[in-house]
Amino acid sequence: MIDRDQVLHVARLARLQLSEDEVGRMAAELSSILDHIEKIGELDLEGVAPTSHVVDVSHALRADEPRPSLSHEQALASAPAVADGGFLVPSPQAG
Amino acid sequence: MSDPTTLTAAQAVAAIEAGELGAAELFDAYRVRAGADELNAFLWVADAPPTDAPEDAPLRGVPLGVKDLFCTEGVPSQAGSKILHGYCPPYTATVVERLARAGAPLLGKLNQDEFAMGSSNENSAYGPVLNPWDRSRVPGGSSGGSAAAVAAGMAPWALGTDTGGSIRQPAALCGIVGLKPTYGSCSRYGMIAFASSLDQAGPLTRDVTDSALLLGHMVGEDPCDATSVGHPEAIRLPQRRDLDGVRLGVPEELSGEGIEPGVLEAFHAALDRARELGASVQPCRLPHAPHALSAYYVLAPAECSSNLARFDGVRYGVRADADDLVGMYTATRHDGFGAEVKRRIMLGTYALSSGYYDAYYGRAQRVRTKIAQDFVAAFERFDFVVTPTSPGVAFQLGAKTADPLAMYLNDYCTVPMSLAGIPAISIPCGLSEGLPVGLQIAGPAFSENAILDAAFALEQTIGFDASPGRVA
Repeated sequence: MIDRDQVLHVARLARLQLSEDEVGRMAAELSSILDHIEKIGELDLEGVAPTSHVVDVSHALRADEPRPSLSHEQALASAPAVADGGFLVPSPQAG
Repeated sequence: MSDPTTLTAAQAVAAIEAGELGAAELFDAYRVRAGADELNAFLWVADAPPTDAPEDAPLRGVPLGVKDLFCTEGVPSQAGSKILHGYCPPYTATVVERLARAGAPLLGKLNQDEFAMGSSNENSAYGPVLNPWDRSRVPGGSSGGSAAAVAAGMAPWALGTDTGGSIRQPAALCGIVGLKPTYGSCSRYGMIAFASSLDQAGPLTRDVTDSALLLGHMVGEDPCDATSVGHPEAIRLPQRRDLDGVRLGVPEELSGEGIEPGVLEAFHAALDRARELGASVQPCRLPHAPHALSAYYVLAPAECSSNLARFDGVRYGVRADADDLVGMYTATRHDGFGAEVKRRIMLGTYALSSGYYDAYYGRAQRVRTKIAQDFVAAFERFDFVVTPTSPGVAFQLGAKTADPLAMYLNDYCTVPMSLAGIPAISIPCGLSEGLPVGLQIAGPAFSENAILDAAFALEQTIGFDASPGRVA
């Protein structure tokens, strides 16, 4: 079971604002999904290694060679707000 | 030529090569059809083919429908989400780029479940897609727009992505062919990420030949995706007409309980056809497959909660007004994400949070290992594992939206292969209640050529008519 306080705690971790209505619904829905998921707790997994990657990859690193990338203008073009060549955001301090 | 949109993509390539059809004429015919879309499959349609298209490229200008979550330079790429409304990326995804260079220009962007999370396309911020076989039903998801557009003849072929079944399940529900390649075959660069250890791009096509033709131009290592390894052999066009000596394993866990009777009937009829072609069909076991869905719904949300952290109203997409920075983040994410995406972010954040990590994420990664080992054991005795693709046929719009768990069960037969990273195709194998049923054929990693051959042989003998218009 997951209660209201846990929902609010997880929402804070996820940087997600939830309405009153959403908090209530989330508690019920997450509880029912977790009930189902918890069946994997019944399996004997002693000594089983966790999967880190499904396909063997030996040389995943490419050569470290400089090459052209996005221009400054392109990188900023989709931002909701820009100023002085950077992303503009509200102050970290509450207003 | 009377109506070039009735041709398969491979037939269109041949017609253009033979000088019987112009590439511009074909593009225009599809542009008109896509523009008159009544299924809400297209979110954007090109005005004209690109002027710099290479004329002698192997795919000859046969246009391509592309799932919304593939980044396409200067063209809206919103991943079905409100939080990316109007977003036009500054670059193009590698597979889209490769296909354009091979002569398959962008026809349009296709609707999907938001960030590929869903099995019915009802989670799109831009409205649900309708199934061309019955417009009161869902097309499946998350690549529902891709499947519906190909099934309805509005695109010759389309790109989708599959994380837990998002190519195969909508292909099954729309009566077309959908292939999830081996993890790592195709670059993920430029695919807006859902669960990076599972996401793969793949083709949705009218037949198996088109699937092979499109996949052949998608695979390849990409320096921009460290998990891409390419394919050890070139993808060939399938030729096989028999299944002599082919050993098919039918996992008990994925072919009995929970599958609709009509789906099972069509599945068993297809197995009879396989026997007639010379295959041996025997039961097999995937003992951990019943736990795949549980493991998946820990791992995929965990990865999604991390991947979707980037949507914070700073660099792209929409922003909600707030007085301070954290308030802006939380309000933007509240306004921009839909209910299912929020649910999965919450589930994933919970599973990764302090005190719960080992019980959920750690255990799920171990279950994943067991599932992969089950397949390795099965492939010692069998060439392929075959199952119904989806437990049921296309359901009514709204039928499962109130119950997330019921919706998740749509992926019951497709998730195990995703967790193991192995390739699997869905081909239409018959009808139940007048609606298409999909047959899934899964093989060992990088066995795409063998899978395509077996699928082709079955397709020829099943003779499924992939045109919903002729049924309605």
